[in-house]
Amino acid sequence: MPIKLPSFRHRRESYPPDLWTKCPSCEEMLFNKQLDKVMRVCPTCGHHFRLSAAVRLEQLLDEGTWAERDAGLQSVDPLGFVDQKPYPDRVAAAQLATGMRDAAIWGTGSIEGRAVAICVMDFGFMGGSMGSVVGEKVTRAAEAALAERLPLIVVAASGGARMQEGTLALMQLAKTVAALERLKAARVPFVSVMSDPTTGGVFASYAVLGDVNLAEPNALIGFAGARVTAGTIAQELPAGFQRAEFLHEHGFVDRVVHRSALRDELALLLRYLVPASLIIPGEATDALNLPAFRPLSFLSALADRVSQEDDEIAGRPRPSERAAERPTDPLIGRGNGAAPPPETPVADSAPVAPEPAEPFRG
Amino acid sequence: MVDRLLGRARDTPSPVDPDGDPRAAVWSRVQLARNLRRPRTLELVEAMADEWVELAGDRGFGNDPALVAGFARLDGRRIAVIGQQKGADTDENIRRNFGMPHPEGYRKAMRVMELAERFGLPVVSFVDVPGAHPGPESEERGIADAIARSIGLMSRLRTPIVAVITGEGGSGGALAIAVGDVVIALENAVYSVISPEGCASILWRTPDEAPTAALAMRMTAADQQALGIVDLVVAEPGEGAHTDHAETARRLRAAIVEQLDVLAQIPIDALVETRYRRYRQLGAYTEVAAPPVAQPERPGLADRLRNLLDPGRWSVGGVALPGPGRGRDEPPAREEV
Repeated sequence: MPIKLPSFRHRRESYPPDLWTKCPSCEEMLFNKQLDKVMRVCPTCGHHFRLSAAVRLEQLLDEGTWAERDAGLQSVDPLGFVDQKPYPDRVAAAQLATGMRDAAIWGTGSIEGRAVAICVMDFGFMGGSMGSVVGEKVTRAAEAALAERLPLIVVAASGGARMQEGTLALMQLAKTVAALERLKAARVPFVSVMSDPTTGGVFASYAVLGDVNLAEPNALIGFAGARVTAGTIAQELPAGFQRAEFLHEHGFVDRVVHRSALRDELALLLRYLVPASLIIPGEATDALNLPAFRPLSFLSALADRVSQEDDEIAGRPRPSERAAERPTDPLIGRGNGAAPPPETPVADSAPVAPEPAEPFRG
Repeated sequence: MVDRLLGRARDTPSPVDPDGDPRAAVWSRVQLARNLRRPRTLELVEAMADEWVELAGDRGFGNDPALVAGFARLDGRRIAVIGQQKGADTDENIRRNFGMPHPEGYRKAMRVMELAERFGLPVVSFVDVPGAHPGPESEERGIADAIARSIGLMSRLRTPIVAVITGEGGSGGALAIAVGDVVIALENAVYSVISPEGCASILWRTPDEAPTAALAMRMTAADQQALGIVDLVVAEPGEGAHTDHAETARRLRAAIVEQLDVLAQIPIDALVETRYRRYRQLGAYTEVAAPPVAQPERPGLADRLRNLLDPGRWSVGGVALPGPGRGRDEPPAREEV
């Protein structure tokens, strides 16, 4: 039995607590820096650790393209909700711990050159729960996607609706879904990416409604918490119940995608899912990113080669080499970039407990 | 759980002391909303409508007895009706799954709503549900998908919708048929994002605190009206709707007919846009100037000592030792919903 001694390091810095992280799935000890290099996926068993919103954006978007919008949306306490501590205190504590203002951020960026509107949730902020601010951000992302004809991507990581905002949190289901319906009517694509966990009211609103639904391997995705389900049927739940593969098998997830392939997969889908007004008759090939016919292209190819040789003579790196440096660069100008959300090992080891509470009996 | 669904809990003494405790007042309303003899969709429709034609099936899987749908004639007006149906006794409750619809129930509701749109019938929905069915077969057939699509359909349906919360408005399972131009609630109805028992067991760590959670969530009809989620509250006769079904139906019919007449005057494009706006503006937030949340400054010696002495930091074999430190800080993130 390991005995964990207190450290003098401040909590935030010691977060993840040490240099090492134990994989909750295969119990392998992983060196954190190594883990960050492999996109926080266990190299031994493939367990996908949860990501903070900033790291997720860094992994998905082209370098330097992220522009956050509506960063100033801030939760208030509409009900005067106090449980064991007041709701505003919980929000303030979560803000300090994560450096985020609420459990989701949205903005624009590009994936392999294609502009997108993207909204990313962070489970580290009060379990990624959806209150008025999260609902508003998803809705604004959808409305902007509609107005600017941008494909919308939402990466969900949430336990469900935020109880502390009562039915106002519930109404965010209606608000977000109504906005997505308009997107759908205007033939602007929406890709939903479900990461661990995506449950309750978030799953039962925008997350399930993607034109294409992607999910990370073994992510917990479900409507009712496993405890509620087990309590109702009073029997053991089948293995793999409410996991990404289960959803795939039952037809609610199109593709289960390993994190290392997610960016490419999104880029691939975006070549097919082109917002309506961008499809111009006769330019269909362009939409599929095929090389257009350019009779004098050999000239520019020649020019490229000449400038490349110039670069080599001058000792400058080639464009291709510069691109290769991308993954190690700090991509996103957010201060908390490297802090991943806390891992809760229970999630993957205990047979019945793995749901983020009983989110939301619906 | 079965006891609660059967409404037996109302016979047990209230877990809190009733004198002057606001929790007791709220809790008695929750019990009234769950009362076994409260009129359900079929009772209300039979009492208020001149005619009732029930339809069955989602055309894909089966017919869900926990959610009824059909056509009715109300004061000479043709309407489409959808609503959850709890049972009045144990046998019926078992047959009707305690009023907890499966995905096919919501898909039947969607089918009838689409019929209503095509044939120009306004939709009236009656909401009384502890929650959508949480079993594995429900998940397999896509309960979340059915709820989300039903919400989406109602948000753009090109016909007037009046939603009536008659009993328990249990979370997503309720909202799935409660998106409307006008939302009416009976006086003792409740509407919440999670059951008070569920909320209490997560935030207070014991379901015994359910009355406290019920109060904190402001789930009564009057509170919901104050929040702008319910537009209109209809008073119940006597001790509650269960004492006089006919009078409850009479009062509800008057309210529904009045709203239908108002909605019928509005051009359909304006109606759908107003409905979108109604839900678009729900939510409470502020917008501050954008600087990100300040990063915590480097901890001083006092902070480090406090961290060192905080018993919540000590753990043996991964299990936190009991102590005040853990509760004082943040609860485990998973517990948030």
